[in-house]
Amino acid sequence: MIDLITSLLAITMRAGASLVYATVGEIYTERSGILNLGLEGMMLMGAVSSFAVAYYTGSLVLAVLMAMLVGGLLALTHAFLTVTMRANQVVSGLSITLFGSGLASFLGQRLGPAENSHYLVGLVGPKFTPIAVPGLSQLPLVGPIFNQDPLTYILYLLVPAAWFYLYKTRAGLELRAVGENPRTADAMGVDVVKVRYLYTTIGGMLTGLGGAHLSLAYTPGWSENITGGRGWIVIALVIFAMWNPARAVLGALLFGGINAVQFRLQAAGTNIPAAYLNMLPYLTTIVVLVAMTWWEALSKRIGAPAALGKPYMREEK
Amino acid sequence: MNDTQETPVPILEMRGITKRFPGVLANDHVDLELYPGEVLALLGENGAGKSTLMNILVGLYRPDEGEIYVRGRRVEIHSPRDAAALGIGMVHQNFMLVPTMTVAENIILGLRDLPFVPDLAQVSQRIREISERYNLHVDPDAYIWQLSVGEQQRVEILKLIYRGAEILILDEPTAVLTPQEARELNKVIHMMTAEGKSAIFITHKMEEVMEFSDWVRVLRQGKLVAVKRTAETSPQELARLMVGREVLFRLERKPREPGDVVLELQDVHADDDKGLPALRGVSFTIREGEILGIAGVAGNGQRELAEVITGLRKVKAGHIFINGEEVTNKPPREIITHGVSHIPADRIGMGAVGNLPVADNLAMKGYRHEPLSSKLGILNPRRIIDFARRLIQTYRIATPTPQTRIKFLSGGNIQKAILAREINACKGLLVAVYPSRGLDVGATEAVRKRLLEQRDAGKAVLLISEDLEELLSVADRIAVLFEGQVMGIVKSDEADIELLGLMMAGIKDPAMLRM
Repeated sequence: MIDLITSLLAITMRAGASLVYATVGEIYTERSGILNLGLEGMMLMGAVSSFAVAYYTGSLVLAVLMAMLVGGLLALTHAFLTVTMRANQVVSGLSITLFGSGLASFLGQRLGPAENSHYLVGLVGPKFTPIAVPGLSQLPLVGPIFNQDPLTYILYLLVPAAWFYLYKTRAGLELRAVGENPRTADAMGVDVVKVRYLYTTIGGMLTGLGGAHLSLAYTPGWSENITGGRGWIVIALVIFAMWNPARAVLGALLFGGINAVQFRLQAAGTNIPAAYLNMLPYLTTIVVLVAMTWWEALSKRIGAPAALGKPYMREEK
Repeated sequence: MNDTQETPVPILEMRGITKRFPGVLANDHVDLELYPGEVLALLGENGAGKSTLMNILVGLYRPDEGEIYVRGRRVEIHSPRDAAALGIGMVHQNFMLVPTMTVAENIILGLRDLPFVPDLAQVSQRIREISERYNLHVDPDAYIWQLSVGEQQRVEILKLIYRGAEILILDEPTAVLTPQEARELNKVIHMMTAEGKSAIFITHKMEEVMEFSDWVRVLRQGKLVAVKRTAETSPQELARLMVGREVLFRLERKPREPGDVVLELQDVHADDDKGLPALRGVSFTIREGEILGIAGVAGNGQRELAEVITGLRKVKAGHIFINGEEVTNKPPREIITHGVSHIPADRIGMGAVGNLPVADNLAMKGYRHEPLSSKLGILNPRRIIDFARRLIQTYRIATPTPQTRIKFLSGGNIQKAILAREINACKGLLVAVYPSRGLDVGATEAVRKRLLEQRDAGKAVLLISEDLEELLSVADRIAVLFEGQVMGIVKSDEADIELLGLMMAGIKDPAMLRM
């Protein structure tokens, strides 16, 4: 039994890491008042670009940087469209997803070597492998926490840092104020446009990194639709986390855990058809969204940043 | 205060400020001078350009023309940060506070001279010291959403002091205060001017100019029309300057014996949007030919009161009767058929459909029946236009054509249109919520006259207002609402402003409850 739980935790953590990156990223973006529905596209682009770079250069560091660059650039486009051009955030975000998914798929068929008919699918490249912390990784139950790939270890620092930054620093205060009430933030001398550009871009970089975790660690290699809709699940996770980076872990563990259970059941040869098991994470997303919305309506002050999705212009009366 | 012989240096000077918005000249070569230790009142009707001028001063708007001098030096103010660096701070009409953050967090928001990880305990300590000194009591660790409007205003003032502002701009600060709180504010302002700070006080109330200021500048339609020493002018003169003609302060309210009970509330309870109790056992009656005024600081259940009566909000306990018939929790449509008309507080959101023509907005209550539509439910556009023309003429709604989209009209004319529609359809009870809020003196006068006409025609009127002067001149009786409870109901002819103020602050006077 203990072995089962230990192995479930191991799969959970591996499945959850990419979700945590993207969730923390989107929380920062949404805290500035920008809704970015381009997550799915940014994750796919992060995954394909980082895999290609790793395959050709052999450098995982370069690969990760590439994923962040690509995610950041797509998010920057979103910021330009929504902050400067004041485009509808939903429409812009959906376009980023459509564009990113299409381009990632196209690149997956063009960037590969000639001997693989220019396809990236089926290639084996460098990947992040788990590094066990001597001793700790042998512990029952919690052992898997200390037997992870480097990108997951970085999360152990990133999540508390993201929480501390948001709630305890001056810059975090300004970020929260911009998402809640940009007019007030502006009147208090905070540069709303700068804040929105900055955190939308940072959000995109983290999301790209989440994509890189998929193609470099979780399921090494490139395959079409490698994200399996994770970008959409993250939108729900942000709500589940109530825009708090510390709680992002809970949601990611929940969804990673559902994945783990589903794998285990399939491996154990259950009678439940695989299609139903594969549905689980997405069904859970719907349930979580409905439950959270319902709960939010009942409780009082918890909720989305008040200015989420609303453009801001100083001289508008 | 300053002897002109000695040519003192003004701490602030604005010269020839001009600001254009699409289709509007908001400021037309306006000059302003402010001396240390002085309170300058900026008087003008809504839309006269007061707030625009001040928004230029704090860097929220950029002027199209003109120069600004601070302490004798020419300055360019590009952003609120520039303004703050020059010691200019403003308490905006709609408070600039983030409700989900604490008082301390709001006060330090945007400050640069703090460590990256601010020590909030130390900040709170300093806030406490300042509150102590200026008698501005507020808990630095409380969240803004937990505070009353009066307390929120204290936070705004604390914010300015904390940031070391030397020039304080207050945009209609008394609109949200009880008379007693307004007096407290006056004391605080004078404490600050005694220390050499200066203040600009924006208002459209003459009494406040007289009470608060040393000098007064009057704006009308974007132009500076007068500069007066407060001690050398009078409310009558100021009103004339502000409006451009003589203004009647008191309306004629003929004595009238009220008839049968039209509206009766029995121990009504209701929740607000957050699910917190907003009305806690409200009971009163209104009779034919009577105006009942509801006084109180905004946010004490006024909106919810209007909504339960018009069927827009669920009553949790208690009963509402119209002409003796129970209408508790009936749908709005059914309540309309009982002869209830509603002038909502939110003119554009709830009272009118901005993108529809004036005519359609006017027809919005009668369109279901003949003559505006046929028996089969097909609208008759010609009759709608005729109907609209008639109302436009009777109520003097200034619109280019009945087909003009209503959002292009001024606030006063939109309100006149809503008033026309609702009064035309009113058969028994008129519920008017802040009907003159944001209107200029002329439009306000028109609105009040219409309400009195309805009363004289035997209708029952519920008037919710934040303007005590308005209630005293228009209403027959005044009920004071505080935290969802009626603190007392007084006849307006015998009402005492002092007592009303106490009740607005939550003090119940048992002697007042005899009616």
